[in-house]
Amino acid sequence: MSIAVAVGLLTAASVYLFMQRGMVRIVLGFVLVSHAANLIIFAAGNPAFREIPYVGVAAPDDQADPLPQAFVLTAIVIAFSITMFMVTLAITTTTDDDTETEEESPVKVLTSSMPTVAAPRSTNGDADAPEPRTSQLPAQHSRAEERRDGEGGRP
Amino acid sequence: MIDTLAEVLPPLMPMLAGVPLLTGALAAAFRKRRTLRHVISLATLTGILVFSVLMVVVTAQGTVLAHQVGLWNYGIAIPFVVDAIAALVLMIISILGITSVMFAMGTHEARARFYHPFVLILFAGVSGALMTGDIFNLFVFIEVMLLPSYGLLAMMGAKLGANGARIYVTVNLLASTMLLAGIALVYGTAGSVNLAELHGAAAEDPAVAIGGGVMLVALSIKAAVVPVHGWLTRTYPMTSPAVTALFSGIHTKVSIYAIYRIYSVLFDGDPTFLWVALVVTSLTMAIGVFGAMGEKTTRSILVFHMISQIGYILIGAGLFTVFGLTAAIFYLLHHMIVKASLFLSTGAIEETYGTGEISKLGGMLRREPLVAVTFMVAALSLAGLPPFSGFVAKFTIIQATLQESHYWVAIVAVVVSVFTLLSMLKIWTGVFMGPEPKNLEADALESQARMHGKRYLRVEAQAETPTLSIGPPTATTTAVWEGRQAVKVPIKLIIPGAILAAITVFFGLGAELLMMLSETAAEQLMDPSDYVEAVSGA
Repeated sequence: MSIAVAVGLLTAASVYLFMQRGMVRIVLGFVLVSHAANLIIFAAGNPAFREIPYVGVAAPDDQADPLPQAFVLTAIVIAFSITMFMVTLAITTTTDDDTETEEESPVKVLTSSMPTVAAPRSTNGDADAPEPRTSQLPAQHSRAEERRDGEGGRP
Repeated sequence: MIDTLAEVLPPLMPMLAGVPLLTGALAAAFRKRRTLRHVISLATLTGILVFSVLMVVVTAQGTVLAHQVGLWNYGIAIPFVVDAIAALVLMIISILGITSVMFAMGTHEARARFYHPFVLILFAGVSGALMTGDIFNLFVFIEVMLLPSYGLLAMMGAKLGANGARIYVTVNLLASTMLLAGIALVYGTAGSVNLAELHGAAAEDPAVAIGGGVMLVALSIKAAVVPVHGWLTRTYPMTSPAVTALFSGIHTKVSIYAIYRIYSVLFDGDPTFLWVALVVTSLTMAIGVFGAMGEKTTRSILVFHMISQIGYILIGAGLFTVFGLTAAIFYLLHHMIVKASLFLSTGAIEETYGTGEISKLGGMLRREPLVAVTFMVAALSLAGLPPFSGFVAKFTIIQATLQESHYWVAIVAVVVSVFTLLSMLKIWTGVFMGPEPKNLEADALESQARMHGKRYLRVEAQAETPTLSIGPPTATTTAVWEGRQAVKVPIKLIIPGAILAAITVFFGLGAELLMMLSETAAEQLMDPSDYVEAVSGA
């Protein structure tokens, strides 16, 4: 029963954290939810058996089920590696770990990194001196900047 | 001959996961030998293809190959089991792997140091997930498959922002954790994670069925079935076309395979819950295609189509008759090929012209007739027109629904086909027909310089001064580009998509062969006793 309560609390806390703003909080939510999953696996091995599952240490009748322990050991490593990757994603590529960006549909991103319409060129064909098409770099940095501007009024 | 193969192959099956892991590590070790990495990668993938073709030959008669890894007794070891469906899916996936690696070599993405290692480890995970007969090991191999995918997605999608990778990782980790919880519940209630030992456990005991249900929901999230499809449409377009094409045939399809396998063995095809599957698949078909109609770039249209087609494939799980499963397996194999072909042909245009936005493209039929033909063949096949494999797939699916008197599912399937054709026509008229946009060529050159210039200087200028500066264009570089020859999709980007398009024509004309193999696979799913016997050695 105590494991069930712990699993419930961990899951509730993780769901709460998933809904939060900020990638790091979401990562913390995932840490909690993998704790919950690991506890479920332990519970699956029947926690009434409490002795160490090692040959000769205790009577086999009292030893804990070793299989879920191996499962948990594997799952911990996997969750750890993915957590590391998520933490890296939280600190790279944008200025902060904010996840509450404006609607970022693939269309918008795919098109904004592509060249915009070229600067006006001479239409009558005598392109002996083509204008340098400079002002067309997409606003890659603008999203962060806009946000910063938008939050200008905040303390 | 076949009997000898059936004896020789099983002990070698763990190599299908082991060798890619090893060669993946090798490829990562060769820092500077780019060509060697290409060779290692293509050789390994071809090896997987050859091995899986042999397995298809052996399993075509209904034989099930099984091997207890480590030669421990049944129930203790992790069993590797291959029956017809596993062999077929592995064969098609390795074809997709080879073609999309070829495409990535064409776009120079494969030059990145970790591209090939990631792809090889991904394939180790795929073959493990397809072969394993143990649900916890299935979870582990799905993770082996996902971790390099995170790397590929983030590496190739870095220029498109981090959001794609973030959504992909978080949703998949949540689904994996759910899968893990489901496995724990099954172990806690049934006392085993060996699928063969669990045969029918969920049909007998509702407590096991709840655990199995959690697993199926988790796998449905990974397969992007409708209530939980949003993540796919926001992540797959956010990486490079080569990676999207590779993923399109692998992750969701391995989840679909796992859904079929678990429903077949663990639930023993229990008909109690089939109506849920039918409602969900009908919704998936319809909502996926409506999403596709509203999109504006070629790749996001195709990604929504993927969702719609996943609905078609899972109808088989909702029918669970031999005919329905045959149709669904045929559809699965056909769809993996066609979808990858479409991603590769539109991806070739996107890579060359720097944009996949329909309104910025046009006139490609005259400019790129080969790509146009490739696209058209695959698009008509996707919509289900007669000469191609899609027709056979859709026809049999609809026949199977009618046979079971699910008329409304059949109606949805037919109507959705019409909308599929409509949105394919949207790509066709927008990208291939119509007038060429005025600045198409200049924009293409510029975006090529921007996309590739930072990583490698591959913009070969035709002028006497082939030097190009990195960064924003100056007067001189613009002049150099203006003097360049016409932009063309290079032939090396056309070939991979064309190979897959040829396969869909072959499957359309020679559908009998694949249909026969699918039927064997379907019979094994309907009655998994052969599977159980092969694993338990009884």
